[in-house]
Amino acid sequence: MVQGSLNMVGYGLSAVGPGIGVGIVFAAFINGVARQPEARGQLQTIAFIGFALSEALAIIGLVLAFAI
Amino acid sequence: MISSVWTQVPAPPVPPGAPAEGFKAPGVEDFNIPPIFEGVPVLEWFDKPAIQMIIAALIVYGFFALATKKPSIVPGRLQFLAEKFQGVVRDQIARDNIGPEFRRYVPYLVALFAFILVNNVFGIFPFIQFPTFSHPGMAYALAMVTWVIYNYVGIRKQGFGGYVKLQTWPPGVPWAVRIVLTPIEFISNFILRPVTLSLRLFGNMLAGHLLLLVFIFGGEYMLTVADSLVLNILSPFAFLFAIVMTFFEAFIQVVQAYIFTILTASYIGASLADEH
Repeated sequence: MVQGSLNMVGYGLSAVGPGIGVGIVFAAFINGVARQPEARGQLQTIAFIGFALSEALAIIGLVLAFAI
Repeated sequence: MISSVWTQVPAPPVPPGAPAEGFKAPGVEDFNIPPIFEGVPVLEWFDKPAIQMIIAALIVYGFFALATKKPSIVPGRLQFLAEKFQGVVRDQIARDNIGPEFRRYVPYLVALFAFILVNNVFGIFPFIQFPTFSHPGMAYALAMVTWVIYNYVGIRKQGFGGYVKLQTWPPGVPWAVRIVLTPIEFISNFILRPVTLSLRLFGNMLAGHLLLLVFIFGGEYMLTVADSLVLNILSPFAFLFAIVMTFFEAFIQVVQAYIFTILTASYIGASLADEH
């Protein structure tokens, strides 16, 4: 018998979106570095900001899944 | 249930013949650490995360004080480490995000990065094994400091009206869009920024620690409590995964400290930006 909150299923579904978003961010980062290796430093900063912003959705979802 | 020196609660002994009860997955309640000074009036707030925070501050202060006690032109090992750390924050975080006036904010960013890093690494450090920021109050306080700083420097540079205009009135937008855009920008820049900043750190630490708890307690249950032989044999894989996830956690902890610092720098940079 598995017990648990249905919130977690909803959270799992909602994590799909940020997952795709983070994937797109890093795919673009890899593309950029492959085209122009010397721009790596600048791109890394931007990539991590983009990663953090799209990941925020997943994290807020996690917190709400526990909170509500 | 969080194992550590301060919080070890003796588990009730299970008689060997007793029927095994079902596995109870670890949850948020495992993060409620019992207070150390129960009933003492002044010290009641002084629990394990508060102690960790003080230890972390002492570690950061002690490291940098020791490394720069006798600065020499050819740096020693400790001084080299401190200089390298400061150099990464200054060149890759502050200069790229803040712009020409980055030099004044480097000390805050270095201290922030080091403090968050030490506090996060406590999550996998033996005998402590509790990330300080998995209690949201700690993360809120940290985000409030950043919030005050970026608003203060923005208001000082642009004036109050100019600063609010800069944050909510992006140039070159048709007026019909502004009706929607300005409230969104206001909420996002003044209210949601500190919220997401703190929740990101808190959520990552909570989720990572919960993941380790699931693997370790699950493995323990499979090895010792479960009746089935298959589960007993499979339990080493749970522990193996716990080890793998510990290394992954170490990576996440560094990345989260980096992201908190880089976002602080980028918010300060956005407050200082000239209008284009």
